[in-house]
Amino acid sequence: MTAAKRLGKQTVKFQNPPSILATASIVGKKEGEGPLKHYYDQIIEDGFWGEKTWEKAETKLLRETIMTAVTKADLSIKDIQYILSGDLLNQCIASSYGIRDMGVPFFGLYGACSTMAESLSLASILIDGGFADYVVAATSSHFCSAERQFRFPLEYGGQRPPTSQWTVTGSGAVVLSSKGNGPYITHITTGKIVDLGIKDANNMGAAMAPAAVDTIFTHFEDTGFDPDYYDLIITGDLAYYGKEIAQDMLQRKGCDISKIFTDCGIEIFDKEKQDTHAGGSGCGCSAVVLAGYLYHELTKGNLNKILFVATGALMSPTSSQQGESIPGIAHAVTIQNAME
Amino acid sequence: MEQGLTKKEYEKYVQKKMPKSPVIKNTIKAFIIGGIICIVGQVVSNYFKGRGMSVEEAGGATAIVMVLLGALLTGLDIYDGIAKHAGAGTIVPITGFANSIVSPAMEFKSEGYVLGMASKMFVIAGPVLVYGIIASIVVGIISFIVKTL
Repeated sequence: MTAAKRLGKQTVKFQNPPSILATASIVGKKEGEGPLKHYYDQIIEDGFWGEKTWEKAETKLLRETIMTAVTKADLSIKDIQYILSGDLLNQCIASSYGIRDMGVPFFGLYGACSTMAESLSLASILIDGGFADYVVAATSSHFCSAERQFRFPLEYGGQRPPTSQWTVTGSGAVVLSSKGNGPYITHITTGKIVDLGIKDANNMGAAMAPAAVDTIFTHFEDTGFDPDYYDLIITGDLAYYGKEIAQDMLQRKGCDISKIFTDCGIEIFDKEKQDTHAGGSGCGCSAVVLAGYLYHELTKGNLNKILFVATGALMSPTSSQQGESIPGIAHAVTIQNAME
Repeated sequence: MEQGLTKKEYEKYVQKKMPKSPVIKNTIKAFIIGGIICIVGQVVSNYFKGRGMSVEEAGGATAIVMVLLGALLTGLDIYDGIAKHAGAGTIVPITGFANSIVSPAMEFKSEGYVLGMASKMFVIAGPVLVYGIIASIVVGIISFIVKTL
């Protein structure tokens, strides 16, 4: 027996496409000064947000974002049947502690910065399969908690190379339902790990670009769509240089997406004014761009069909110190206003 | 994946595509800001010597003052802002050493004064201490042998 919903090698086409009921995004001050500032639900002025540690602040960020999304969907947290969430902190504590008091069944995920697409994919499978009617997919990242886990203390006087990226302080949450009037999640293409040997943790765009290329190319092969099908293809956090590599590599494979291709890490900050070097990164980067800007544009009808491809670098400080290269992953999610 | 693109080829491709750090500009900035820190050190040292300290005493006292300044500027969230431009110009002087100890001490206070601040304080400076002390022992032994011969 073959799985009826599978399409090609890595893609699933949903027979009962889940609808996005509502989204929410809360971001930090720097993100709130960026080009997408009008699309967020809330901008926190202080990185601690009244908490004592960065980790507690990120926990609060995730919790408040989920609660805001659920409220915007006219639901109560008791209606939610699953929460799927993950973050960058060791053992995913922002998610576990953020969800601790909600009393909702919880799957914790780790996909590094690809978590938003990973959680959306699995949430969609749960709904399409008839296992749930209301599911929340969420993720978060915080500049300060990520810096201290992956790099140096905040006050340490180091220099950042031009390819380094700026971890986004922000959380995004999406409420998916078996009912609703769209936008719908119609396809997902689950990425495989691609590692072309990049070891420089200050160049994650180059480490993740081959994974994005692989997933996007496979998506078109599996679905039979061509790039013209979409109004926008947006990767998670390849940033300026990774996006350039991905676009170039796809072009060499005969797949030209340059007219409709951008990256959340590019859109979220103003490179010149905000001194963010190659662009934004972190789970929160693609999450807040999706939950804020992209969802807004979809509901307004300015965009009708998008391919959201969150990208993750699956290394840890320990693997980097042991000389390992950086495995990349990218998951693609088709979101469209029409249910087909 | 692009057929036939090996890890080596990809590495080359990426190296060609990536922007380089502006080395000359960075070096000049490091020279100027590092130089300014050294001038401050010299002024402090001259002051102590003028107050009657010997050269060696003044050296020790100057180091103490410069470490204090480095630590203070780190705590006031100023040092990393200067270091962003200065690079090695702020890492090499003793103020950079102070920064490398004070910054993790501040950061890891959230895990408590013992397991956080005190144990993580040397996370960056630790290697400097270890290899600095080893180097000084080696040099000491060589100097001892040379002198006794």
